[in-house]
Amino acid sequence: MGTVEERDQLVESQRPTSEVARPRRGWAPFSSLAHSEKWAGYLFISPWAIGFLVFTAGPMLASLYLSFTEYDVLRPMEFIGWENYQELLEDTRLRQSLINSFYYTALHVPLATILALALAQLLAGVSGRMAHFFRTVFYVPSVTPGVAVGALFLWILNPHIGLLNRGLEALGIPGPGWTTDPVWIKPGIVIMSLWSLGGTVVIYYAALQNVPRSLYEASRIDGASSWQQFRHITLPMISGAIFFTLIVNTIASLQLFTEVYTMYFGQMRSGTASTAALFYVIYLFRQAFEFFNMGYASAMAWVLFVIIMILTAIQLRLSKRWVYYEGGN
Amino acid sequence: MATTTGTLREVERSTPDAGSRVAFYVKRTVFVVLLLICTVIFLAPLVWLISASLKVRSEVFSFNFIPDPVAWENYVRVWNAAPLFTWLKNSVIVGVLAAGAVTLSSSLIAFGFSSFRFPGRNFLFGLVLATMMLPGAVTMIPVFLIWDRLGQINTLTPLWASNLFGSAFYIFLLRQFYLTLPRELYEAARVDGANYFQIWGRIAAPLPRTAMIVVFIFELKASWTDLVKPLIYLQNNALFTMPRGIKAILDQFGQGGEMQWEVVMAATVILTIPMIIIFFLGQRYFIEGLTTTGMKG
Repeated sequence: MGTVEERDQLVESQRPTSEVARPRRGWAPFSSLAHSEKWAGYLFISPWAIGFLVFTAGPMLASLYLSFTEYDVLRPMEFIGWENYQELLEDTRLRQSLINSFYYTALHVPLATILALALAQLLAGVSGRMAHFFRTVFYVPSVTPGVAVGALFLWILNPHIGLLNRGLEALGIPGPGWTTDPVWIKPGIVIMSLWSLGGTVVIYYAALQNVPRSLYEASRIDGASSWQQFRHITLPMISGAIFFTLIVNTIASLQLFTEVYTMYFGQMRSGTASTAALFYVIYLFRQAFEFFNMGYASAMAWVLFVIIMILTAIQLRLSKRWVYYEGGN
Repeated sequence: MATTTGTLREVERSTPDAGSRVAFYVKRTVFVVLLLICTVIFLAPLVWLISASLKVRSEVFSFNFIPDPVAWENYVRVWNAAPLFTWLKNSVIVGVLAAGAVTLSSSLIAFGFSSFRFPGRNFLFGLVLATMMLPGAVTMIPVFLIWDRLGQINTLTPLWASNLFGSAFYIFLLRQFYLTLPRELYEAARVDGANYFQIWGRIAAPLPRTAMIVVFIFELKASWTDLVKPLIYLQNNALFTMPRGIKAILDQFGQGGEMQWEVVMAATVILTIPMIIIFFLGQRYFIEGLTTTGMKG
């Protein structure tokens, strides 16, 4: 439905007459009643406006203010200037959590992209109904609740009894301590995360189906190899979808919480994992709701926000070099 | 619609020589085999989960996929050990309220953004989109303090009530739909004397059936799987939703000398199954929603 609509809109916008034309950007059906229409518009979006003020804009300002205070909910708020931010710089656990989150993101995002692309290519290579069946299979893990994924993989990754190491053993490879060895805890989490890459596969598969086949036919006549076709037709044509998933997956990876919290935090006490699996948002959550350092946690949240904005800006800038948009630009 | 699958078929048809036809079938077979291997890898954890949940304690670490004997009593034990029915009920209440609220409010808001002209519309819609970028952590603490002041900690309200104000992604999705509706549709109703709200209620809200189901089902999934809000807002065991409850069961049974994995796995199955059923019933909506997401980006 998505692309067809968009294409329709494009087509419509090229038509000269606005009287008969179907909806376009800026179009409004009740233009004969311009005055009342204005108020009706505001009325209809007012739920969003209220929600935005109460649950987004207000809290943003509040958390910015909180980040300059010390506040534990019980005692009155105390303004302490930049102290929280100075403390951030010296907090070794914070540094560790930031490194953990970057490490995970740096592994998960490229691996998920490449694997999802490979799977989507396989799907595109078999015919429709069969492809739909496999697509369903790949997507099932993505609807599995995070807590279930965490509990399940705590067991699958278990060094002694887990499915993964049993499998490796069968191949004659001694498996590492995925849940116990500080070096292997994060790779274990990455493996778990790759199980849920079905959403990305679905997006890539849909993008692949929108590549005009005339391009492949033309290149085939020119004698292009499969790799050349992939490199010079497929990749550029789906670069928009790849770019989208890169941004979304990066932002989500930096905020990974549920699965890892389920595995190693709460009442699941594990000495090794409490450092090696301490991801940024988990540390933030603990500061806020386990130690009640609301001010400090707010400062952490703003640091995360700034990091995400910077990374997204970098990705946007880089995208101009490699993302291909149909119709120029 | 042009598909790469089509490409292959086309190529096959247009090349008469037997060599390339053989190459085509070999390639296809290799692809199917690879996909089957991937299927095993993707489904093994779930199959193993269900199998383990039906094994007796002494068998639970064995490598057999078929439980022998079949230990249905694991489910009885977990059902007796924890208020699972209450948790399921809470999850259903929260899920339906959250999904229902967000579907109706987002539809209303999207209709407002797409069907009326008013000063600042584009700017405000830009703001809607911008909020999608914002990490939840930034607003999490002040929003908690708001619910705290309103005396709503340890109630289910914070888990769904903010959905009454719409959600950026869904507003975007529904607005895309409304932009394609022909104006005649509304004008007929105007002639009949319907006001704007009636036009929304009678025409605009029910019309994008698929898009509305996509929104409902996505939010139902988000709500059913959420652990963060229950962790923040619920302390009382009787108020837990399923994910929070299963986390509690894992904390209780999944560690120390007293590991009872078969119980944990049974609980995990009960958490997972409803989602998988919903997925199979509403599969095309999941796919449609996701595809739309990717394409708009």
